[in-house]
Amino acid sequence: MPGQRLSQIEGSVAVAQAVARCRPSVIAAYPISPQTHIVEGLSDLVRGGELIDCEYLMAESEFGAMSACIGASAAGVRTYTATSSQGLLFMAEALFNASGLGLPIVMTVANRAIGAPINIWNDHSDSMSMRDSGWIQLYAESNQAAVDLHVQAFALAERLSVPVMVCMDGFVLTHAVEEVELPEQEQVDAFLPRFVPQQLLDPKEPVSIGAMVGPEAFTEVKYLMHAKQVQALDEIPRLAADFEEMFGRPGGGLVAPYRTDDAETVVVTLGSALGSVEEVVDELREDGVRIGALGITCFRPWPLDEVRAALAGASRVIVVEKAFAVGAGGIVGQNVRLALSGLPATVYDVVAGLGGRPITRASLRGLFRDVLEDRMDSRSLHFLDLDVELVERELARTRLGGTGPHAEHMLRALVGVGAVPPGPEAPVGEES
Amino acid sequence: MTTVDLKLYQVGTFAAGNRLLPLEDRTVQAHPDRSNSITSGHRACQGCGEVLGARYVLDAAMRATGGDLVAVNATGCLEVFSTPYPESSWQLPWLHSLFGNAPAVASGVAAALRATGRGHTRVVGQAGDGGTVDIGFGALSGMFERNDDVLFVCYDNEGYMNTGVQRSGATPGGARTANTKAIGPEPGNAFGQGKNMPRIAMAHEIPYVATATVADLHDLERKVEKAMTFHGARYLHVLVPCPLGWGSASKDTILLARLAQRSGIFPVFESEGGEVTAVTPIRRRVPVEDYLRPQRRYSHLFGAHPRPDVVARIQAGADRSIARYGLLADSSEK
Repeated sequence: MPGQRLSQIEGSVAVAQAVARCRPSVIAAYPISPQTHIVEGLSDLVRGGELIDCEYLMAESEFGAMSACIGASAAGVRTYTATSSQGLLFMAEALFNASGLGLPIVMTVANRAIGAPINIWNDHSDSMSMRDSGWIQLYAESNQAAVDLHVQAFALAERLSVPVMVCMDGFVLTHAVEEVELPEQEQVDAFLPRFVPQQLLDPKEPVSIGAMVGPEAFTEVKYLMHAKQVQALDEIPRLAADFEEMFGRPGGGLVAPYRTDDAETVVVTLGSALGSVEEVVDELREDGVRIGALGITCFRPWPLDEVRAALAGASRVIVVEKAFAVGAGGIVGQNVRLALSGLPATVYDVVAGLGGRPITRASLRGLFRDVLEDRMDSRSLHFLDLDVELVERELARTRLGGTGPHAEHMLRALVGVGAVPPGPEAPVGEES
Repeated sequence: MTTVDLKLYQVGTFAAGNRLLPLEDRTVQAHPDRSNSITSGHRACQGCGEVLGARYVLDAAMRATGGDLVAVNATGCLEVFSTPYPESSWQLPWLHSLFGNAPAVASGVAAALRATGRGHTRVVGQAGDGGTVDIGFGALSGMFERNDDVLFVCYDNEGYMNTGVQRSGATPGGARTANTKAIGPEPGNAFGQGKNMPRIAMAHEIPYVATATVADLHDLERKVEKAMTFHGARYLHVLVPCPLGWGSASKDTILLARLAQRSGIFPVFESEGGEVTAVTPIRRRVPVEDYLRPQRRYSHLFGAHPRPDVVARIQAGADRSIARYGLLADSSEK
């Protein structure tokens, strides 16, 4: 493997390289955009003989891929896969099984929207839907973070015998070419100890794994899953510190506070949106606004104390997230409210960037101004850049007995063709 | 006091008694060297064909591999009755993950073993017919297509017995189950196109496919041992009568398995690379009615409102099987 430190490299290729340097023994994957470049890269490394003693298993589905990972991990080897979107949902049953069995599988989720309507672009509705699957969830804000989190993910997973998913924004990160410092093989070898499985299928010492547990101990097994995740809240900062010592750059940790010390308003987000948020924070700071940002690197387990500490001084908290609980509100927002329980801060839930809609600095600036100038209702869920006109027109059409798919009608209205008469104020474009 | 004449033949069959066989061919139920991979004390029903099949399959596989074996199990009766923690009937390394993923889990185990220089350890995947032909079908086909080094065994009792006897893709036409009751103008399960898993396995042209029944345990053991001489994907389909689901007497499990073979309902054969290489000929053919009558799941075909038309349809299916596999090689025994 080439040992260059800084490379102009695609995010997926960088992650593939980092994963390869963690020396997994089994990779089982199924193609789905935008995860494909990662596993293609790993396939190349296995075929080319750069990643040795590794089996690359081309599964017949994501369910098969995760199932093969379960088998491989139970057979005592370091195991990796990657997926996105519908693929993650197709794995769902196996995800809960992997965590219930305590198998330290590492998976990249190249975050992508969930259909319908089918949409290949980025948001967080895939990984957020699996937030209670018992997997640790780490969110990368950049490709450098994605690379670094993967190296730590294997160490974390294996130390606790818990599966870990590293979430990176599909296309926004996976397909972005930028400078990344790849970890050297010797460094990774020194950082990541040899995998010693907690349970193993071994003919010399036969054990039964995955047997039935009744009401007499099921709660206790589940409690231990929770306890291990809580333990991860201590392990993750330790690993981040070890990582910094070994690699000379911060490892990530649980949360990433940015200019929060004296901030009256803090914007909470996760993933690649953090960069744009921080830029807007800088702009507003120049105008004298006491605003900061808090990146959530670790969403599961939920770092309640760290979030509470980072937000303790804020009177307004704006949660910008790329998924939501339909009919209920924000997902990260609900967790933030829990962390702030008893504190006076007002929390604003804002859904942004769904299905690949860009989260522009202009939109963020407008949103933050709306909050700062008390134009937002904290009790309702907000959708950044929502085309209100379009939504209302479709609702009106439905009220009048209009039938057919909403999505088709709204797209027709948007481009001004077809059955729906174009309105005089049909909005075009969301770019700012 | 009544006396019973000792017979060296099992009554009504042409199977040679164990004691007539050469030593090396005898089936040994209890022997200090037998691995007892699934040991006594499990909670299977009396007369369970599946546990009998599993015991012989795994012990034969253990013999063939010198005990160097890992088993992967789908959810189902076999999993439930063998392992309520902290008890386990398994004396070999055993992993249960989900209902529909046993073939993929087995592939993962095999990949891990190969990647770490433990390819000498062999892998057996096992499931009932639901876990094989329905919910696990995609994973199984993937395992076949990749030719992963796994012997997958289907214990076919022709329905979802663990959940209370519902129909599966392997339930035969006419059979009554909990969701294909004997009501309406077409009582019992519909006659579909049939999901013939051994033939589907053969279509993948994997190294070895075989069918067997628990009526011929020697044949079953031999096929397991033969399967273990191959590397790559192998498939063994074992007919295992289920007294609960079939509504048969516990003592009739072996009898029914034998009648299934002798009526042509269940063809017993072997295949290598997609071609049939051997069949077990029918030595004394019986009409399907002999096989159907002892089972309450078919009782609606013979009761107050008999359905000879349905029986004839089942007979036609058996005839087709007999012709397809040439099960009556010696026409004098027809």
